Amino acid sequence: MSPDKLVYMANQIGKFFASQDHADGSKAVDGIATHLRKFWDPRMRREIVAKVRAGEAGGLDPLPRRAIEQLAAGE
Amino acid sequence: MALVEEIDYGTPSVHSDTMVTLTIDGEQVTVPAGTSIMRAAMEMGTKIPKLCATDSLKSFGSCRLCLVEIDGRAGTPASCTTPVGPNMVVRTQTPKLEQLRKGVMELYISDHPLDCLTCGANGDCELQDMAGAVGLREVRYGYQGENHFDSVKDESNPYFSFDPAKCIVCSRCVRACEEVQGTFALTIDGRGFASKVSPGMNESFLGSECVSCGACVQACPTATLIEKNVLAHGQPEHSVVTTCAYCGVGCSFKAEMRGEEVIRMVPWKDGKANHGHSCVKGRFAWGYATHKERILSPMVREKITDPWREVSWDEAIGFAASEFKRIQAKYGKDSVGGITSSRCTIEETYLVQKLVRAGFGNNNVDTCARVCHSPTGYGLNQTFGTSAGTQDFDSVEHTDVVLVIGANPTDGHPVFASRMKRRLREGAKLIVIDPRRIDIVRTPHVEATYHLPLLPGTNVAVLTAIAHVIVTEGLVNEAFVRERCDWEAFSEWAAFVAEPRNSPEAVEKISGVPAQTIVDAARLYATGGNAAIYYGLGVTEHSQGSTTVIAIANLAMATGNIGRPGVGVNPLRGQNNVQGSCDMGSFPHELPGYRHISDTPTRTLFEGAWGVSLDAEPGLRIPNMFDAAVGGSFMGLYVQGEDIVQSDPDTHHVTAGLAAMECIVVQDLFLNETANYAHVFLPGSTFLERDGIFINAERRVQRIRRVMSPRNGKADWEITQDLSNALGYPMHYTHPSEIMDEIARLTPTFAGVSYAKLEAVGSVQWPCNEAAPEGTPVMHIDHFVRGQGRFLITEYQPTDERSNRKFPLLLTTGRILSQYNVGAQTRRTENVVWHEEDQLEIHPADAEARGIRSGDWVRLASRAGETSLRATVTDRVAPGVVYTTFHHPMTQANVVTTDYSDWATNCPEYKVTAVQITPSNGPSEWQRRYSEHAGKSRRILADAAD
Repeated sequence: MSPDKLVYMANQIGKFFASQDHADGSKAVDGIATHLRKFWDPRMRREIVAKVRAGEAGGLDPLPRRAIEQLAAGE
Repeated sequence: MALVEEIDYGTPSVHSDTMVTLTIDGEQVTVPAGTSIMRAAMEMGTKIPKLCATDSLKSFGSCRLCLVEIDGRAGTPASCTTPVGPNMVVRTQTPKLEQLRKGVMELYISDHPLDCLTCGANGDCELQDMAGAVGLREVRYGYQGENHFDSVKDESNPYFSFDPAKCIVCSRCVRACEEVQGTFALTIDGRGFASKVSPGMNESFLGSECVSCGACVQACPTATLIEKNVLAHGQPEHSVVTTCAYCGVGCSFKAEMRGEEVIRMVPWKDGKANHGHSCVKGRFAWGYATHKERILSPMVREKITDPWREVSWDEAIGFAASEFKRIQAKYGKDSVGGITSSRCTIEETYLVQKLVRAGFGNNNVDTCARVCHSPTGYGLNQTFGTSAGTQDFDSVEHTDVVLVIGANPTDGHPVFASRMKRRLREGAKLIVIDPRRIDIVRTPHVEATYHLPLLPGTNVAVLTAIAHVIVTEGLVNEAFVRERCDWEAFSEWAAFVAEPRNSPEAVEKISGVPAQTIVDAARLYATGGNAAIYYGLGVTEHSQGSTTVIAIANLAMATGNIGRPGVGVNPLRGQNNVQGSCDMGSFPHELPGYRHISDTPTRTLFEGAWGVSLDAEPGLRIPNMFDAAVGGSFMGLYVQGEDIVQSDPDTHHVTAGLAAMECIVVQDLFLNETANYAHVFLPGSTFLERDGIFINAERRVQRIRRVMSPRNGKADWEITQDLSNALGYPMHYTHPSEIMDEIARLTPTFAGVSYAKLEAVGSVQWPCNEAAPEGTPVMHIDHFVRGQGRFLITEYQPTDERSNRKFPLLLTTGRILSQYNVGAQTRRTENVVWHEEDQLEIHPADAEARGIRSGDWVRLASRAGETSLRATVTDRVAPGVVYTTFHHPMTQANVVTTDYSDWATNCPEYKVTAVQITPSNGPSEWQRRYSEHAGKSRRILADAAD
C-alpha cells in the first residue's frame, strides 16, 4: 500500500476532526486516532506508524501525526 | 398454484374520520365519507359493471356503464363519480339499468373487432367480461357502420403493442400516464368519433415522451395496449408475488407465469413500496434471465490469459477453496477476502460475510455500498445513531417541501419519483440542488421553486450556507433542538454556520449559486411546513461525502424536520438490496446490525453462534484491497455479484490490483469485466430463481420468491455454502429461511423478522422486534437512536481534484432511466433501444469552443486516463460541467475517474473529475486494446465438463 496515499488519507481525516475542535487539538487527535482504529485495517495502521517512526511522513499534518504517535504508543 | 387475483374497487380508497352508512341492494354498508358508491358496493362484494373506472385512477364517469338508481334522486347517476351519502338507498340492478347498460355495450361492440378467439386479451378482457355481465346478446346496429378497424397498429415499443382498432377510448391509459406515472405523454386526440389515443403529438410510442412504465398497459381494459409477450405466448396461468431486483425502491410484482416461463411482470397493488406502479426496468427488463450470454456452468483456469474450462461444481468449488487455503498459507490469513453484492439477498450477503469472518478468519469483507452509500452509513450513524433513512415512501404524501439533492429520482428511482411528482402536483414545493437540470426541475405540471445548479464538489458549502440562513434569520426550531438534541453541540454548530465565511454571499463565489437563491431555498425549507430531504449519490460520492450527509442531518435537526410523517432524511439507495447488504454486516468494521467488530459483547454473541473466534480488528475496504494487492499483502478475492472493474473508479488502478492477485473467484450471471481477471467463475442465479429477502431504501424487508428452477443449478446462497464447506467451515442450511432465523437471533433490529411473519403481513420495516412487532415506518419519533441528536461541524474542504488549463472541465457521472448500474442486466434486454451507448453531455458554449456537435466522437481525458464516446450538446449541464453514464463497458467511464475518495469511508469521488474534451475519430487506442483483451479473456474451451 502506498504510504503517500495513507498520509493523504490521514490528512483528510485530520481536517474533519480538526474542524470539530476549537481548543488545543486533543479532541481532534482522539477523534482521528479513534477513526483510524475503527476503520483502518491493522496493516494500514502499521504502515503509517512505521512511516512516522522512520521519519518518512513529511507530508503528514500535525494533528494526524499526533494521532498516529498516539496509536504507536498504544501498540 | 393459481393467478394472484386482485380486487378492483373501481375508485381509489378514501381516508376520512367520518363514516357513512348506506344501503345497497338491500344491504347496509359503512364506508368513509367521500367513498364512491361503486367502491362501497365492491367493499360488500357487489360488482357494478364498469369500463372507464379502475381503483388506481380517479373516477372519470365516461363509460356510462356503472349507472345506478338512488331513491329520491332523479336519473341514473354514475356510481363511480357519485359519493355515498348517509342513509342513501342504492339499487345496482334494475330493469331500467339493465336496458341502459345493454344499450351502452351495443354501442361499444358495434365498433369493436370481434376477434375474441384470437385476441391477445382473450381471458383477460374487461370489455368481454362486461358484455357478459350486462347480458349482451345482440348488436342492433350491426357491424357494417363506420368503424376504426383499419387503424394502424403501433409496434414501436419493444415490450407492448398499441392497436387502436380495439380501443374504446375510456381514457384509462391517458389518465394512468397522468395520475400514476406523471409523464403526461398520452392524450386523446380529436373529438367525437375521431377521438383516439395519441402518444405526444401523434407520434409513435417509442418516439414520444412515453417512459414505458407500463401503467397504460396495466390500465387498459382491452387488448389495445398489451404486452407483446402475452400476444406471443398467451395468458399466464399462475402468478407469484416477488420483489424487483433493480433499484432501491423495491417494487412488488406478480410474476405471471406459464409453467416455469415468465409471461409478464405486473406490479402488485398491495406492494407497500410501489402500490401497483412500475418502471420500464422492473416491468419489462427481465429478459436477461434467459439471455444467451448467461453462463450456466462453473469454469476455472490457471492463468487469466488462459481460456476458460467448464468443470463440475465440485471441481470449481474445490479449486477455489484450495487456492484460498494456499494463499493464506503462503501470505497469511489476512491475505484473502470477499465482496458481498447488493443485488443478492440479505441471506446471501450474510453468508458471504460469515464465510469471510468465520471461514477465512479475518474481516476483509466489503460490499458495493462502499462505492455508493457508505457515507450515509457514517454520517447518519454519527448524527442520528443508525445507518438508515428515517421514513417510509408513503411519508411523501404528508410533505410540503421536497428538497432533492444529488439524486435524479425520475431516472434512478422512477416509481418513487412518480409519487413525489404527484405530491408536487398537489401543491408541495420543490427545491433541487444539482449541477444538472435534471428532469424533475421542470416536468409536466411540476416545476422546482428553486434549482441550485452548484458546481460539482460544493455540496457542503451550499448546505452550510443554507444552515447559515436558518440560524442567522432565527428559523431554528429551538424547542425541538432543546428537547431532542445535544444543545452544546448545537450551539457550537450554530456559531460555526453563522460565521460570515459560510454566508450565501461567500458561498456564491465557491458554488456558483446566486446568494439570493440560497437564501430563498433556506427560508422555504425551514418555514414551508413538513420538509423532507431526498438524496442520492451526488451527495455521497465526493471527498466530503460523509460531511455532506452530516450537513443534511444537521438541517433536519435544526428545523425539527425529523420524527414524524412528511419530513426526514431519505437516502435513495441505488440497488435493490443496498440497505440489506449493509444491514447484514457487509462492511469490514461491523457485524450485522451495525455493531462494531471491536465490541466484545457483540463479537462474543457471534462467536458463540458460529463456533469460532473472531478477529476484533477491522478488515480492508474495497479500495484498500486493491492497494494491498499491488503492495503484495492481499492476494485472493471472492466477488459475489459485483463488477468492480466497470463500476469502481480509476479502472487502471483496479485492474492493476486484480492482476496482482493470485486467485479471484467471480460469482455472477455473466462473464463481466471483472471476470476477465478471474480464475474461477461460479455461475449465479437470478432473482427469479431463488427465495430470499431484499431490503429497500425505506428499510422495508420484502420477500423474493423462486418462480423457476435455477438454470445454473444452484441458488447463490448454496454456492457460498458449498465454498464455505470446502474451506473447512461447515454450513448446513437447507433453506434461506433458516439463515433469516439465524439473523433474527443475532440481530436485535431484526428479532421479529421471519418468513412466517412476512407471509402474514407482506413486509415490515426494521426495526422489527418486541418493541415494534409490526415494524417501524418512521424512525426517531420520540428520541434519536443514539439518544440525543448530534450536530457536527461541516467545514467545507475543496476537493483536491481541481480543474486547470489542461483539464478545464468538471465531469460528473450518473445513470439514466432505461439502464441499471453497469448495465449487465439491462444491456441484455430490449432497453438498449433507449440507450445503446454512453454519451457525453456538454454545454453548447463548451462544445462550440471545441468544434463539437451532437453525435461527434470526443476524447474524454483526465489525469487518470482517457476514453472516447459520442457527444450530446445540451444546456442541461452548466458551462464548465460535462456528464456521462457508466452503463457500457466499452466506454468505461471509470477509466477517467480518479482514486480520490471520501475522507471517512473511502467512497470514491465519482462526481468530480477534472477533464478535457477534444474531438476524436472514434474509440481510443485503449478501448481497442481493452476490447481485444476482453474478447480473449472470455474464450471458453469447447470441451464440456464431465
